[in-house]
This record gives sequence, structure tokens and C-alpha cells, in this order.
Amino acid sequence: MTTTNGLSRRTLLVRLAIGFNVLVAGMLGVPIVRYILSPVTRERRPGYESWLSLGSVEQFPEGQTRFATYRNPVVNSWDGETATIACWVRHLEGEKYQVFAINCAHLGCPVRWFPQSNLFMCPCHGGAYYADGSRASGPPERGLFEYSYKVEAGQLFIKAGEIPTPGQPVAALAGEKPPCV
Amino acid sequence: MRLIPRVSGWFEQRLQLATPIRATMAHPVPRETASWFYVFGSAALTILVLQVVTGILLALIYVPSAGEAWNSLQTLNHKIALGWFIRALHGWGSNFMIAIVLIHMVQVFLFGAHKFPRELTWIIGVVLLLMTLGMAFTGQVLRFDQDAYWGLGIGVSISSRIPVLGPWLVNLLLGGPIIAGATLSRFFALHVFVIPGMLIAFVAVHVLLVLRLGINEWPMPGRVVRRATYLREYHELTHGADGIPFVPAAVWKDMFFSGFVLLSIAACAAILGPFGPGGAPDPTIIQTAPRPDFFFLWLYAVLSLLPPSLETPALLIGPAIALGVLVALPFVSGEGEKSWRRRPIAVLIILLLAVALGSFTHLSQHAPWSPEMDAWSGEPIPAEYLKGRTALERQGALVFQLKQCHNCHALDDRGGHRGPALDAVAVRLTHDQLVRQVIQGGGNMPAYGKNLSPAETTALVAFLETLHPAGQAPARDASRAVALDRSGDGSSARRP
Repeated sequence: MTTTNGLSRRTLLVRLAIGFNVLVAGMLGVPIVRYILSPVTRERRPGYESWLSLGSVEQFPEGQTRFATYRNPVVNSWDGETATIACWVRHLEGEKYQVFAINCAHLGCPVRWFPQSNLFMCPCHGGAYYADGSRASGPPERGLFEYSYKVEAGQLFIKAGEIPTPGQPVAALAGEKPPCV
Repeated sequence: MRLIPRVSGWFEQRLQLATPIRATMAHPVPRETASWFYVFGSAALTILVLQVVTGILLALIYVPSAGEAWNSLQTLNHKIALGWFIRALHGWGSNFMIAIVLIHMVQVFLFGAHKFPRELTWIIGVVLLLMTLGMAFTGQVLRFDQDAYWGLGIGVSISSRIPVLGPWLVNLLLGGPIIAGATLSRFFALHVFVIPGMLIAFVAVHVLLVLRLGINEWPMPGRVVRRATYLREYHELTHGADGIPFVPAAVWKDMFFSGFVLLSIAACAAILGPFGPGGAPDPTIIQTAPRPDFFFLWLYAVLSLLPPSLETPALLIGPAIALGVLVALPFVSGEGEKSWRRRPIAVLIILLLAVALGSFTHLSQHAPWSPEMDAWSGEPIPAEYLKGRTALERQGALVFQLKQCHNCHALDDRGGHRGPALDAVAVRLTHDQLVRQVIQGGGNMPAYGKNLSPAETTALVAFLETLHPAGQAPARDASRAVALDRSGDGSSARRP
């Protein structure tokens, strides 16, 4: 049943069927891709960060660096202990603080504060930082990540909510505000 | 008993599988390939079956929830009868899998089996290697302990460095802003559904290709692969006097080796037990030194030894180059000699890779780049280094401990190895150089100027100046003595 232009009825129907299925696949694909990308797109709009209390400022004596924890603002009930995040609070004087992320600027391992040598040291690859968070030695390319903070009603607040990673300055270039500079 | 033939006949009439199965089993292979060198592929397939079976058994108990995973592993280890053994089988199976896959790959490369017409078999093998490593990494995450938690942190720190897409990729990998419940769930989906599904499909194609193209003949020096003649030559080899049926002539070695590998896995599992889990995945417990599993240790060492400026390019470009080389290999060297006796560079490459990976793995187990966090309180200064010292020098030894110099500098081979050992530091550095090094740091040492009082620096340097082997004079700056003399009395530069 070949017509004059060489396109049979059957071939046309097969092509139409393929086109129909491509259309349906696209209609199903869009919601699937949006679902997969939801951690990147949907939740990013309001941003992951918010102001969180680290507790009363009295816990952080002047001239000292102390360990503090906070509960991540975006949580699910099954997150367990993983939603509690640690950080280091350095009280300089008065209302001047520095709040450092626990994650090494190299590959994110937990840095420890040593008041004896006034250094932060990382157990993974030997990164070391001075008391003000600047890089002292080892593989990190930069100093410790710092949270922005404010003191209100005798409480120390930090803006946090996202794991700090070395790639985030790129996010700033692309118009995204890095939560942790 | 005519029942069995009748039942099987009933099925055969419908399935019609007996003929193709018989033909596959009896397909002719070159006589020399019935060798103990040709057993690693089938052993990997056997371990895959073991991993699928033990994985399903573990999934009966395991809870893929960040809050419960660690507890469910404890239940498997301690409360379920032989739960520990199933975990151990799965964990040791994983280690054996990577080892066997690597050996298989080396054997294939050295026997020239990647050459024409088996290029696609090799490329799918490379894909299977990546998936095997992917299974190892995602499996390590499912063992949701401290190492898994901080290992994920390392993973996202690396992926965050990818230009432009990095930060978005972090959220995509973690399923949210932090390592938490959503992260474990998606690694569970990867480890249990996505990668195994693809793995089984690619293994099927890999085996199909081996059957279609025939097993690689034993490489003979001088027997050169040419695209124009190879297929005919291989056909003559298998269908002539040198051809033997795979079953039973060759298969018994595969079967014995597979059984031996399974027995070895079971023995390791029974004697050495399961892997972890380590400490609970609580990010506020920071007294931890995260380490990846054995087959990723070399990478861990590379990450600490690369200079900071090279690290990001090496991390992003290195894997792409490695993958490109592996995929391009059968096209670049698709013809020519197969025998390793005529391919010295191939042999050297394997030796170089083995030595490099072995050295990095060895280094990572000693981690000389990491300070020994408790050496300042746990490793005393050797008594000989304090005998007959002045009060100032002993005070300096105290400063050495209290300011944690010992965490990075070994004395008598005890303490950290991040910096150089200081047993003979006075021979290398003069008084002034010691002061400068302590105060300003440099050469990867932090500066201690802000952290030491002048008195502490004086004492510390006095102690360091005593550190030289008996009979070996400490370094001194001759010009300084002269300069001091000049300023001292103005006229005479000569004094005994």
C-alpha cells in the first residue's frame, strides 16, 4: 500500500506513535526532573539559612574560643543526631565575636580547637588555622568558614543552615549569596 | 522414573532453551585458555551473586533512616542471630570484589584482550569498574557511622569545587542543605536500586560479548593482531585441533576458583568479623579522625600530598583524564602484539600504577601529614633529652610540650610526623634561625610569635639548641660572632 511519495500508511502510523510517546515521555519527564532537582530549586528560593540562637552570650567568656551546637533550621523528623551541627565561637571583646564552621576549608573534616597552641587543627590532612580562623598551614587554600552573627537580648545568633563547602564562592559569582563567608 | 524427563520435556516444548544453552556451554575455546589465569571474570560474577544475596538479607533488618541506621546496624551485629556474619560477608565480599575486578583488569590488559575485536568488552568493563567503586563508596555511606558522615563531607567538598555547578551539585547529592536523613535515603536508593540495576544490565552485555566474540586466546609472542585477518585466525584456532568445548574442558577451573574465593570471603568474615559501624554519626562528636575504606585510602593520601594550588585542578581534571585514557586504550592499541613479553611499556605501566597505589595506601595508614593530636599530653620527652640540662632548657622542654610542638615534631621517633623530627635540629638551624622559625613559622609551620611570650621563646629555643647528637657540634653563625664582637668593643674583631 505504498503511496506515490513512498510513505506507507503503516510507516506513518509508526512515526505518529513514536511522536506520541515522545510527547508523553516529555510530559512525564518534566515532573520527574523537577522532583529530582527539588533540593536545588524549590527549597532554594526562601534559602536554607536563617538566624539561629547559640544560647546566652554568658557561655562565651571574653578572650576564649568555645564549642557550641545548634539545630539545623531545615529538618525532617528522621534526621536524628545529624541535624545538630557544631561550630566554634570566639569571643574577642564586647559584642565582637567570630563564629567558625566546624568544617575544615579543605575537605570538611571537623577541626578541633587547641587553646594551648592557639590553633585549630584538622585530623584528616593536617590543616591548621590560627585563632582568628586564618590559614596557618597544610592543604587548605583559605581560612575557616565564618558565620555572620548578631547579639540580641543577651543571645548570640548566627546565620546558618547549609554545610559550608570550598566551592561556595562560585555561588556568589553566579548571583547566589553564600550563607557562610 | 519417567516423570522427570516428561516434566522437563513439557517445559522444553514451551521454553525451547535446551539447544541454545547446550550450544553456549559447549562453545569451543582455545586449548590454552583453560588456564588458572582465566578465572577472575567468573569469580567477580560469583561475588556479584553473593553481594546481591547478602544485600537482600541485610535489607531485611537495615533501616535507611539517618536517625535509625546506626542502631539497626548495632541490632544486626548484636541481636539478630548471625546478623554479624551476613554483614561481614557483605563487607568482605565488597573488598574481594574490588580486588578481583582489579586483578581481572590487569590480566586482561597484560594478555592484550582489550584489542580488536574486543574493544567494547573492555569499555563496558571500565564502566563496570566505575560502578563497582560507586557501590563501594555508597555502601560505605550506608554503614552510617562517623567515617560515613565525614566521608560524605569530603565528597561534597570535592564536588563543590566543580565550576558553576558545584554548589547546586552539593544540594543535589545531599538531598538538602546538610548531611541528614535525605542524604542517607538517596544513597540507599543508589546502592540498592540504581547502581545494581545498571550493574546487572552491563554485566549481562559484558558476558554476552565474551560469548559472541569468544574468549581471548593465549597471547603468543609474534602472533600479531590484524583487523583484516584476526577473525579468521581465531576461528581456525577454536575450530581446529586446538579448540576444546568450554564445558567441561575449561569450566572446572572457574568453578574451583569461584568456590575458593567464596570460601576465602567466608573465612575472613568468620575470623575477622564485620566492618564497624564506628562511632555514632553525631556531627557534634568531633574527637574523630575520619578514614575512608581501604580501597579509597590512596586517594585520601593524594588529597593531603597535593600542593593546595594544584588540588582543585587535579581533582576535577585527573579523573576525566584517567577515564579518557582507559576508554581510548583499545582504539589506540587495538592491533599488534598481545603478549606481555613484547609489550614492555604495558608491563611498566602496571608496575608503576601498583607501586604508586601501594605507596599512597601505605602512607595513608601512617598519615604523617596529620598532627598527632594528643602527643603533647601523651608522649613525654625522652629522659636523655633532659639529663644535665639547665633550668632554662628544661623550662623550654615544658614549653615544647605545653605549646604542642610535640604534636607535629617527633623526638626519638615519638610524637607527630607532620613536621621534621627535631632530634638533631640544632645541627640544622642556628640560634637565630630557630628563633625566626618559631616566631614566624613558614615551610608549612604555623607562626607562634603571637602565642609565645619572649621568655617562653627564649626557653624553647634554649631547649632546641641542646638537640644535637653527641659529638656533633650545633650549627653556629660565624659572621654573627664577628658582628657581635665589633659592636661589643669597637676596636678588636679578634677574640679567642
